[in-house]
Amino acid sequence: MSARSSTAHSVVEPSSTSKLVASVLVVVYALVTMIPLFWIVVTSLKSPPDSISYPPKIVFTPTIEGYCNLFTNQTRQTPEFLATLPPATTACEKVTRERNMVIVGPSNFTKRFFNSLVIAFGSTALSVFLGTIAAYGFSRFKVPLKDDLLFFILSTRMMPPIAVAIPIYLMYRELGLSDTKIGMILLYTAVNVSLAVWLLKGFIDEIPREYEEAAMIDGYTRLQAFRKVVLPQATTGIVATAIFCMIFAWNEYAFAVLLTSGDAQPAPPFIPTIIGEGGMDWPAVGAGTTLFLIPILVFTILLRKHLLRGITFGAVRK
Amino acid sequence: MAEIRVNHLKKNFGDFVAVRDSSFTVKDGEFFCLLGPSGCGKTTTLRMIAGLELPTDGEILLGGDDVTFRRASERDIAFVFQLFALYPHMNVRANIGFPLKCDGLSSSEIRRRVEETAQILRITDLLDKPVSGLSGGDRQRVALGRAIVRKPKAFLMDEPLGALDSEFRHVMCGELRALHNRLKATTVYVTHDQLEAMSMADTIAVMNNGLIEQLGSPREIYDRPASLFVADFIGSPSMNFLDTHAALASGASELAIDGTKIGIPAMRVSVSESDLVLGVRPEHVSLSDQSTLRGEVFGVEYLGTTQIVTVTTKRGMVRARISADMKASLGEHVGLSFRPEKLSVFDKSSGRVLKSALHEGGVHG
Repeated sequence: MSARSSTAHSVVEPSSTSKLVASVLVVVYALVTMIPLFWIVVTSLKSPPDSISYPPKIVFTPTIEGYCNLFTNQTRQTPEFLATLPPATTACEKVTRERNMVIVGPSNFTKRFFNSLVIAFGSTALSVFLGTIAAYGFSRFKVPLKDDLLFFILSTRMMPPIAVAIPIYLMYRELGLSDTKIGMILLYTAVNVSLAVWLLKGFIDEIPREYEEAAMIDGYTRLQAFRKVVLPQATTGIVATAIFCMIFAWNEYAFAVLLTSGDAQPAPPFIPTIIGEGGMDWPAVGAGTTLFLIPILVFTILLRKHLLRGITFGAVRK
Repeated sequence: MAEIRVNHLKKNFGDFVAVRDSSFTVKDGEFFCLLGPSGCGKTTTLRMIAGLELPTDGEILLGGDDVTFRRASERDIAFVFQLFALYPHMNVRANIGFPLKCDGLSSSEIRRRVEETAQILRITDLLDKPVSGLSGGDRQRVALGRAIVRKPKAFLMDEPLGALDSEFRHVMCGELRALHNRLKATTVYVTHDQLEAMSMADTIAVMNNGLIEQLGSPREIYDRPASLFVADFIGSPSMNFLDTHAALASGASELAIDGTKIGIPAMRVSVSESDLVLGVRPEHVSLSDQSTLRGEVFGVEYLGTTQIVTVTTKRGMVRARISADMKASLGEHVGLSFRPEKLSVFDKSSGRVLKSALHEGGVHG
C-alpha cells in the first residue's frame, strides 16, 4: 500500500490519470444519454420521407413541417381545389400546400400539453405540501406507531404503481374520476407523497429543533415558527423533492394511457398517437417530444443548485 | 425581573425518570446554576421552567404566577441555547430584533432597542452581517443579545458556553458575570462544567440522577459537600476518599484508619459501627515524616505554583496539592497528614455526609 492509496473518504487529490479516465467516462456516458435526445430533435426538423429513409440521413434540409403537423389538423385536397384558395400566408400553410394539403384547424396538442402542465404542477404542489407537513410531524412529535406508519408509507413504493392499475381503474370509474385532471393529480400525489415524506423528513431532521424552540419562546406559535423559521431552512429539501415529484408526474405514461382518453389526457399518451398520412408522422412525434422536454428542462435548470445539494444531502455535515 | 419558585417538580419520559423531586427558589436577580453530569436532569428542569417540556407533577411559579402549564411564549422568559440557535436566514440585526418583532413592536422601536443591546454587548459593528460568518464568541454574543433585548423576567441558559473552546469559555464567563452584575437579571444557568458554575454562580444546585444533591453557594458546596457525589464531582483533582469501618460517638474528633488516628471536626451525630468514608481535599493533605499513615510517591504533576503528588497507600491513591517548592521524588516513602478541621466524614451506604463541627458557621476560609 502506498501512502497515496485512497479510499472513498480520502481527501487526497486524485492523480491526473484518474482524472482523465473519469473525464472520458463522463463524456462517453453523456454522449450515450444525449444521442437519443439529439436524434429526437433532429427528427423533428426532418421531412417525413427523410425521417424514415434508410440509411438514416445525417445531412438533410431542415423543415418546420413536423411542428406544423403537430399543431394542426390537415386534409388532402385536389390541385384544382388548391388553386381556388387565396395564396398561403403563413410558413406552415406554404409547407402544407406543397404536399397538396390544407390546414383545417388546430390539433389537440396544445390542450394535451396544458393538461400535462396542470397535472404535473398540481400533483407536485400537493405532494410537497402534504409531504412537508407530514415530515415535520414525524420529525418533531411523538407519533404513536411512528416507525410502523413510516414503513407503511414507504411500502406503497415497494411495488411498481402499475401493479395496482386495474383496481385503480375500477375505483376511478366508480368515483367518476376517470379522465379527469383532478383524478390524475390525486393519483400522482398518492404515488409521490411517500417519496416526499421520506425525503423531507431527512431534511427536517437535520434542522435543529432549537430554532423553533427559540422562536416559540420569543413569542411565536408552533405554526408560525414552522412557517417563518423551519420552512426557510428546508427550502433546499423542498425544492429537491419538488423536482423529483415533478419529473415523475411529468413523465408518467402507463396510468395516463389507462385512465385518460379525452379531456384530461396529458401529452405522453398523446404524442405517440400522432398519425400522419400513411403511418406514423415521426417528425411530428419528434416535435412533440422536443417541446415536451422544455418545461422540465427549464424547471430543473432553474432549481439545479438546490438539486445538487438535495441529492447529496446528509453526506457532508455543515 | 422576577423570582422563580420550583415546587416538587417531577418529569418522566415513559419509564425513565428524568427529574425526581426538585424544589428550589431562584431569588430575584440571582445567578443560579444547575450543575451536574450529563443525564442528571438539569436540562430537563430548565426546559420545564422555559415551557418547552411539561412537568409530570409539581409546579413552577414565575414572579408569583403559576406558569406550570403555560405556553413558552406566554412566560416572558428568554432562553439561550447551547448551539445558539441563531436563525441562519437572518442577519445579526434581524436575529436580535426577532423577539421584538414577535411582540409586534414598531420597526423604529425595534431598531432603537437592537442598537442599545448591541452597544451593551459591543457588537454594533456586526449588526448587518450574516450570522453564518461569525466566530463562536460573536454568535454567543448575538444569542445573548436576542435574550436581553426583550428585558424578560428571567434568563435561562442551557450550557451556553459548551460550544466554545476552553480558552474563550473563560473570557465569556467573565463577560457573562459582568453582564449579570450590570443587568441584575434572574438567571438560571445549566452546565456540567464546575469551573463555570463556581466562577459565576451565586447559588449552585448540584444534580445527580434527577435529584438535587446539594444547594448552596459555591463556597459551601466546595467546603462542605453534602454527599459523596458532590464531594467527588466538585474540585479538580477531586476529593480523596479513604474507606474505613468504625463507630463514631457524638463529639468524637478522631477516626482510625489502619491504626492511625486522624483528627476530624467534632461529630454532631453518633453512628454505630459501619462503613465510613473520610473525604480529604488534596490541598488539605501535606507530606509529613512524623505521620504513621504512609505511602509511596507514585506520580508528580508540576503545575507552576503548586504540584499534585499522588501517593499510593494501603487505602488507595491519595492526591496532595502541595507547594511547588517542596521536593517529592518518585518511589519515595512519605507520611501523610491532613488538616483536621477541613475533613468530611460520609456514611458509605447512604452516601450522605455526617454532621460535624464543619457544618457550623465560621469555618470558612
